[in-house]
Amino acid sequence: MSSSVAASHHAAHHAEGIHVDHPERSVEYQTEDGSLKILGFWIFLATDMILFACLFAMFVVLRTHIDGGPSGKQLFDVTGFTEETFILLTSSFTGGIATFEMHRGKKGRVIGWLILTALLGLSFVGLELKEFIHYAHIGATIQRSAFLSAFFTLVGTHGCHVSVGILWMTSIILQVAKRGINPITARKVFIVNLYWHFLDVVWVFLFTVVYLMGVM
Amino acid sequence: MPAWFHQFADKYLMWQEGPLIMGSDVLILLASIGIIFTLTYFKKWGWLWREWIVTVDHKKIGIMYMIAAILMLFRGGVDAELMRTQLALPNMHFLNAEHYDEIFTTHGTIMILFMAMPFIFALFNVAVPLQIGARDVAFPYVNAISFWLFFLAALLLNISFVLGGSPNAGWTSYPPLSELGFSPGPGENYYLLALQITGIGSIATGINFMVTILRMRAKGMRLMDMPLFTWSVLAACVLIIFAFPALTVALALLLLDRVLGTHFFTMLHGGNPMMFINLFWIWGHPEVYIVILPAFGVFSEVIATFSKKPIFGYKSMVFALMAISIVGFVTWVHHFFTMGSGADVNTFFAIATMIIAIPTGVKVFNWLFTMYRGRIRMTLPMMWTIAFIPCFAIGGATGVMLAVAPADYQYHNSYFLIAHFHQVLIGGTVFGMFAGMYYWWPKMFGFMLPDKLGKWAFWFFNIGFYVCFLPQYALGFMGMTRRIYTYPSGLGWTVPNFISTIGAYAMGVGFIFMVAQIVQGIIERKLDVTGDPWDGRTLEWSLPSPAPHYNFATIPTVSGRDVWWAVKQGELPKSSLFPAKKDVKPIHMPKSSGRPFILSVFFFIGGVGLVFGLLPLDIIAGLGVAFCLFRRSFEYDTDYYIPVDEVVETETTLGRLQA
Repeated sequence: MSSSVAASHHAAHHAEGIHVDHPERSVEYQTEDGSLKILGFWIFLATDMILFACLFAMFVVLRTHIDGGPSGKQLFDVTGFTEETFILLTSSFTGGIATFEMHRGKKGRVIGWLILTALLGLSFVGLELKEFIHYAHIGATIQRSAFLSAFFTLVGTHGCHVSVGILWMTSIILQVAKRGINPITARKVFIVNLYWHFLDVVWVFLFTVVYLMGVM
Repeated sequence: MPAWFHQFADKYLMWQEGPLIMGSDVLILLASIGIIFTLTYFKKWGWLWREWIVTVDHKKIGIMYMIAAILMLFRGGVDAELMRTQLALPNMHFLNAEHYDEIFTTHGTIMILFMAMPFIFALFNVAVPLQIGARDVAFPYVNAISFWLFFLAALLLNISFVLGGSPNAGWTSYPPLSELGFSPGPGENYYLLALQITGIGSIATGINFMVTILRMRAKGMRLMDMPLFTWSVLAACVLIIFAFPALTVALALLLLDRVLGTHFFTMLHGGNPMMFINLFWIWGHPEVYIVILPAFGVFSEVIATFSKKPIFGYKSMVFALMAISIVGFVTWVHHFFTMGSGADVNTFFAIATMIIAIPTGVKVFNWLFTMYRGRIRMTLPMMWTIAFIPCFAIGGATGVMLAVAPADYQYHNSYFLIAHFHQVLIGGTVFGMFAGMYYWWPKMFGFMLPDKLGKWAFWFFNIGFYVCFLPQYALGFMGMTRRIYTYPSGLGWTVPNFISTIGAYAMGVGFIFMVAQIVQGIIERKLDVTGDPWDGRTLEWSLPSPAPHYNFATIPTVSGRDVWWAVKQGELPKSSLFPAKKDVKPIHMPKSSGRPFILSVFFFIGGVGLVFGLLPLDIIAGLGVAFCLFRRSFEYDTDYYIPVDEVVETETTLGRLQA
């Protein structure tokens, strides 16, 4: 970030009563509190990663335990999960652009890109729900077999994370709209995007381990 | 009595279960009325709310953790005494089989998750920020959430006793026994929900203290300058962060099995019960290091202070802590060698388990070398520390015996195992927590505890310990398995069991002496005016007892280890630790908030809803939690400044201000 942008931020924040500890840093790291929160969030993501790792372990152990019910190969629709993948990966990219625009201090664009990100997330969740409802209709319910229990739980946990992310992102869009870009809102935009990218990475593994290896 | 009440009383209050439960119902009712009456009569509700419930001050949260831990120690201890009474003689019918099952389950669950965990968190909160020169933890608001989640989860587990029935599938809660088909009542749900809720709080505490230690140390304090207790907390945080999510998953999946009818751990439709056991111990084994490492940290502080020597082999102590926290992740299979994973897998985990003994041994020798030629003062913290060393050495040696996989087929689930893990958990963690409590008591409360009753407590508890648990090693070899509620005469088990029960009662007497000591201390209130009653070495002793709520008026500048000792020896200038008037600036502090408490109450309501399958409660709870989270997100007025004048005035009164 150029020093003039930093300086203008600095001046703006004082008007709002935000105590800037590190004016030389990128905007989301300018308060000491914000910098601590970002580190704390990284560590939280580590715990979330372990949580997904355990669910993956369960899935890998149980994926062949279909108990005479439908297998992944019979259920999964290549077009469907490719669409989901494409949409979620694109949303991660648009979320990244929102962070980029935040660093350039463009409030309107940050909001626009975040709205697009949340909408892409919403359509991802919609497709996933459609997929789940379809499975349930043809008798592949979460109670049918250990494989399906593990499948719905693993993929559903990711879907719940995305849904929470959409609600969270919405609240941050409102805050940026009301307060503009300052070290506090910038930190919030940055952290929600960290979360969003993390979910994207988890999806890459879901795509590979659950769907691709499932249809192979 | 109307019919609906009769039904409610029988089904949920369990009045058909006999006098034990009915008596408890009445006692709980009377105690609750008593507490409400006292608070109302002395007009203390406002005080309770303002001073304690809404606080985000780590010192007060630490005190609340400790009080809760001691209450839970009492509850778990009563469970233990009931079990030992039942086992004192053959063919006893003091408890029936079902009640015995419930009591050993709640004993284990409470002692690990609702006694040991809050006790270590109490010491984290009390000592860490003061030891590293910080004004609070990194996330004070989250710290309050952690505490209240633990507190309401503890309440949730404890009400199971009188409301619907306690869990009875053991503290490890193995499926398929813990599945709906074999444990149909609400008891198992209580277990799953209470642990889940407190587990969320524990993960948050792990993150909180890791960030605090990594980022909020005083100027000039390198990692290798930190007091060893702080190092032990860092090692425990690593374990918490990487182990607790496995518990979260294990509990959540078992709950799904019970509530939603999934087949993760069932015997039918392809479920695999052993996966629960794997996930449980992937958390469970690191968990025992989570509760022992902070105790090791306490011992390091206590031994250095009361030997008047710097700790011997500081770097190897740090190395040992970190080695234990890493190797501790690859030993979990030793809890079920008999599962039949095969010789290769068992060998790996057997060797990994034995390797843990090496860094632990390093620590024991370092403690001994620190005491060697030291000027030892036999205070209460030091007594508990010295008692720990032989106790833990025996427990560690029997642990290595258990680690020998082929031999474990003999010891597995016998009283030999019971004796072993009580020896390391009581001799290690509980002794360590007692040592830490005595050591930091003046710092927490500002007054000293009288020695005499404490020494009675020490001797009763220690002698009682060996009398209680040494016979259990023999009982294990004689074939007595854990979790049996009675046994026939003529097996030769009667005498050791009877002796063991006498020991358990002696430990109970020890606990009563400890409570009496605390009561006497509160009445006498012998104030610690120095702030440094033990002639300590680390930063917390440079502060008054108790510390002002901002801790440090100016953040101290330190160099090297044991800085307070160095200042007292004249090796460092006093001005590096004490505030000068010209350096005092407005102090940035977090505002109190009632929301952590309210949020946790919603978690509690959701827990009750899931336990009994009451959907409306779950919806209320879900909306309540979401409401609290969004309110917080939209809250910008979260902190305030203490003006310079106020700080200067406080520091002048304390006589700390430098020219």
